[in-house]
Amino acid sequence: MSLIVDKVTKRFDRFAALNDVSFTAPKGAFVALLGPSGSGKTTLLRILGGLEFADTGRVSYENEDWLAKPARDRRAGFVFQHYALFRHMTVEKNIAFGLEVRPRKIRPGRAEIARRVKELLSLVQLDDLGRRYPSQLSGGQRQRVALARALAIEPRMLLLDEPFGALDAKVRKDLRHWLRSLHERLGLMTIFVTHDQEEALELADLVAVMNQGRIEQIAPPQELRDKPATPFVADFLGQGGEREAAVIPLRPRGR
Amino acid sequence: MPRRATEDSLATRLIVSIASIGFIVLFLLMPLITVFSQALAQGFDAALTALEEPDAWYAIKLTLFTAAIAVPLNAVFGIAASWAIAKFDFWGKGFLVTLIDLPFSVSPVISGLVYVLIFGMAGWFGPWLRDHDIKIIFALPGIVLATMFVTFPFVARELIPLMEDQGREEEEAAVSLGASGFSTFWRVTLPNIKWGLLYGVLLCNARAMGEFGAVSVVSGHIRGQTDTMPLQVEVLYNDYQFVGAFAVASVLALLALVTLTLKSFLEWRYADEIAATHRH
Repeated sequence: MSLIVDKVTKRFDRFAALNDVSFTAPKGAFVALLGPSGSGKTTLLRILGGLEFADTGRVSYENEDWLAKPARDRRAGFVFQHYALFRHMTVEKNIAFGLEVRPRKIRPGRAEIARRVKELLSLVQLDDLGRRYPSQLSGGQRQRVALARALAIEPRMLLLDEPFGALDAKVRKDLRHWLRSLHERLGLMTIFVTHDQEEALELADLVAVMNQGRIEQIAPPQELRDKPATPFVADFLGQGGEREAAVIPLRPRGR
Repeated sequence: MPRRATEDSLATRLIVSIASIGFIVLFLLMPLITVFSQALAQGFDAALTALEEPDAWYAIKLTLFTAAIAVPLNAVFGIAASWAIAKFDFWGKGFLVTLIDLPFSVSPVISGLVYVLIFGMAGWFGPWLRDHDIKIIFALPGIVLATMFVTFPFVARELIPLMEDQGREEEEAAVSLGASGFSTFWRVTLPNIKWGLLYGVLLCNARAMGEFGAVSVVSGHIRGQTDTMPLQVEVLYNDYQFVGAFAVASVLALLALVTLTLKSFLEWRYADEIAATHRH
């Protein structure tokens, strides 16, 4: 197994955000963390990204002690729910950021960075928008810039927090298919957080259903549908098209 | 032209316009004009001669020197304080925020007095300072300290809401992309706050040059040694040297006008960029 999460626990004050969470995923897996809000899925993602610290437990990735590495050394491409694009930089500068902050020894040259940015812009189908500022882009475009920025560092894993949460239904469907095909092309371990069961079941190879800081069941979509392990899983997947009311804050906040 | 639903009658509009314009002219423009006209009452040469007076000239230099020390230091402290408050959670944060406001809520005279009580001859450190031949009160260090105390909140007050509003996500993104702490601050945090910072620094500077109360207490009014421009204005005025008083006052007002013009110019020149750092 490529990713091994072993008994990870995280508390905020007295509230247990993650309670003894364990799971494994094979190399190049596409994993969905599915659950209602407050189930701990974002906390788990942030711990994998190094933005939050586990109180106890271990994570090993490609035979490395993952939690011992600081965030900046993990090369975990993190895509934030509200994109967190650098607002004072153009799209090109945003994408180049991860390369430009590298130590001099391993930093690519100017021309090489420009070439990579161009390549990524075309990968996310935004060839002509390199000179724009984030505020001049639509939600779907910002999402793709955020993705290109994360891919620029040649990430070892891709972490996406509610990647389609703030987009309208049409754009959401398009991006979903595009992301799936991107994953197939790059073969990169991808973990994404969602509260939309349809999205999780359609996209992921493995779906971890979370509730109150625990993983209720982790299995391929078909198995989840056929053999839900707990009443919660059956209930959560059985909701059909119904979704938790989406409360989208107007401005991104800390968490 | 079609009438808008929110439009008032002509009479109302006229009354409100005249009232506000009248107010601005009477309370903002007139005093400013008076300062300059009084300074030039006996001609331009008389005003210039008054400024060339050694004490007046010294006061101008002392004021600029004080601001040149106090403002950069307060900018650094202000950035540090707002960075800590807006981007991190720690015990006692609320108390720290209140403490930053202290100089605004305390009378400047009391701020000055506090320094006299600490560093003055009869104060806590007075004897020790005297034994080591260090002068703080009635000397330049005291003036700088008092100015810094009074002007401390300007930068922090400007930056805290701005940084809190911007959140931590961009910094988190920078770190996950491999940036070091310094790189994150230099490339992400600082550019995002630079306009707020500039505004805070300009306000801080205007107040640092104009501060009277606190400086008056610690300076001891030694002419040609510890009299800053505002103090010099008072001294000259009390001596019935109206041209001199208003000439120095004009320089002070001019410095403030330059500051404001600079700010307006920058806001106009970089309007797009300023809008970009405030929008999502």
